[in-house]
Amino acid sequence: MKFIDEFRNADIAQELIKKIHRTSGLIGRPVSLMEVCGTHTMAIYRHGIKSVLPPSIKLLSGPGCPVCVTPNRYLDHAVALSRQKDVIITTFGDMLNVPGSSTSLVKERASGADIRTVYSPLDALAIAQKNPTKKIIFLAVGFETTAPTIAATIIEAQRRNVANFYISSAHKRIPPAMRLLVEDPELHIDGFICPAHVSAIIGAEAYEFLVRDYAKPCVITGFEPLDILQGISMLLLQLLHNSPQVETQYSRVVKQQGNTTARKLVGEVFINADTRWRGFGIIPDSGLTLADAYACYDADTVETVKPEEEREFPGCLCGEVIKGKIEPETCSLFRTICTPTNPVGPCMVSQEGTCAAHYKYGNA
Amino acid sequence: MDSKVILLAHGSGGKATHQLIDSLFVAHFKNVILSDLTDAALLSVSGDKILFTTDSYVVDPIFFPGGDIGKLAVHGTVNDLAVCGGKPLYLSLSLILEEGFPLEQLTVITQSIAEAAADADVMIVTGDTKVVEHGSVDKIFINTAGIAQLHAGARLAIKNIRPGDAIVLSGSIGDHGIAIMLEREGLQFESQVTSDSAPLHGMVADMMQEAAAIRFMRDPTRGGIATILNEICSQSHLGITIYEAKIPIKPHVASACEILGLDPLYIANEGKLMAIVDPDRAEKILAIMRRNRYGADAAIIGMVTEDVPGTVILKTTIGGSRIVDMLAGEQLPRIC
Repeated sequence: MKFIDEFRNADIAQELIKKIHRTSGLIGRPVSLMEVCGTHTMAIYRHGIKSVLPPSIKLLSGPGCPVCVTPNRYLDHAVALSRQKDVIITTFGDMLNVPGSSTSLVKERASGADIRTVYSPLDALAIAQKNPTKKIIFLAVGFETTAPTIAATIIEAQRRNVANFYISSAHKRIPPAMRLLVEDPELHIDGFICPAHVSAIIGAEAYEFLVRDYAKPCVITGFEPLDILQGISMLLLQLLHNSPQVETQYSRVVKQQGNTTARKLVGEVFINADTRWRGFGIIPDSGLTLADAYACYDADTVETVKPEEEREFPGCLCGEVIKGKIEPETCSLFRTICTPTNPVGPCMVSQEGTCAAHYKYGNA
Repeated sequence: MDSKVILLAHGSGGKATHQLIDSLFVAHFKNVILSDLTDAALLSVSGDKILFTTDSYVVDPIFFPGGDIGKLAVHGTVNDLAVCGGKPLYLSLSLILEEGFPLEQLTVITQSIAEAAADADVMIVTGDTKVVEHGSVDKIFINTAGIAQLHAGARLAIKNIRPGDAIVLSGSIGDHGIAIMLEREGLQFESQVTSDSAPLHGMVADMMQEAAAIRFMRDPTRGGIATILNEICSQSHLGITIYEAKIPIKPHVASACEILGLDPLYIANEGKLMAIVDPDRAEKILAIMRRNRYGADAAIIGMVTEDVPGTVILKTTIGGSRIVDMLAGEQLPRIC
């Protein structure tokens, strides 16, 4: 087992594709399924999955990438922080090139701001310990997958007694956004390809409300082509038999309760809060902010900055792309002004952005 | 690209490189030989056909599994000549050295250059040495230029490519780029990935038995096979279909690509060639390539089509299809 070829087996794929065609024929009407994870979006394009599905099945790409859903205001705030004296900004690499209202972190770095890429928040903590006279601010951007490691870092900072480490939290929780999407009268989502790694943390039970309140089929699906084909097949069978439920295709990783250790850590350090998403506006309870006991690690407690006035690039439709309402090709900037080398919106910057996927892999 | 300064992407071998070459260099040096933009210029001197090329090497690290910057500087230039149908004869060697560079390392690199040149049947006949202040270059940069004699019967040009032609690749993809990447990032795998850096002049000489059936060849270095295929498509106004399942790739390279999120189609190779050949002679050419030590894993990976002109389509393992576009931005700087 090398765990690559096994999940790309052509014969098994053909069986699944046949089954999908058969079931979709029996359903006899168009079906829209949404994936809300950027890694799924990329995998669907990379393996040409849309090209093997019947035309009646539409795959919509939802708000699957944390960089894409982070509003300009957060970036502008981060830029303003980076211009403060004695501040070192630490961030995952994917935030660097995202344009804010008028600049980006990579441009600020070129102009002299101390902005460092890290692969783990623990690296940011190490930078804090090496630079005791500076304030080290980590840009905590991510979904439920990222939150536990950041919670663990905060607890570690407390244990090591590091007093100059802070985070600026833009964490997002995906289920509240799914509620908004399913309620959107323009979208008509028939079922969800639920995220793989997010579900490994939050567990299958996190999606029960979609079945209970909206009768929508949900299948937690892995990232390999056979996973995705099987996930789609399972969703179609639920639709055919009118038996919506939360099923786990990715059972080799995801448990009903998720990762209880990780959830406990997040529950200890963070509390749910309303937060703003690009394209959606404020979604109640969809963010994570530091709990009172850990509020001293919040960057806002040490640095008060006034970011520039928020502006969107004229014509940029990332907000609509994130909600799955339009395909990137509908945006007049796509491929003309907005390209991976000169990105206008976050969906083109992020390696898991829907626009980047369309640009790279096209609709063959 | 609307940048007022040179970006790493301009050296990626992808879109930005092409834009720079077309808008600046070709525009200023306009002549019939240059505008072909082949790996080596085909010149006529006193009635003899010779090939001339040059390449600079800035790889980081300078020593890596399977080779070093010296070996690469010989193989890279030898291969540029070979894939244009040449028998490489003479090389020049120019070194730019950083003040403080250990003489011991320079000696190792020089020995490596000598061995690689002997292996490739070329003589190093002229050279130059410059030393710059500490920090002005990183350790050592090398330039080599080379001259080759065109093999009898070689008529290699993109314009010779026809719909239905077969695409033959001489072996596994991504070995060089991944070896460099793992070395640079300090990542360890169960068994080592080594660079495929190798001279291809011998395999090309053997392939010339079938010279009339070979339309065009390239060595897929920076930007990988995806970039070369796109160049062929855009210049020939034909389409290309390749089959994921037929493209040779070593398991460790495939695993590393998955872990690092890289697409092996875009990763550099330094000992591979891709040939577009007459489909009726493809099996014969494949057999010739497989007899060579550097072509043992050669495979027919796809074909030229009229379906979607200017576009490379990949048929995926599961039977889907997708576009393989030119590389945008830089995948990995200082790979060669």
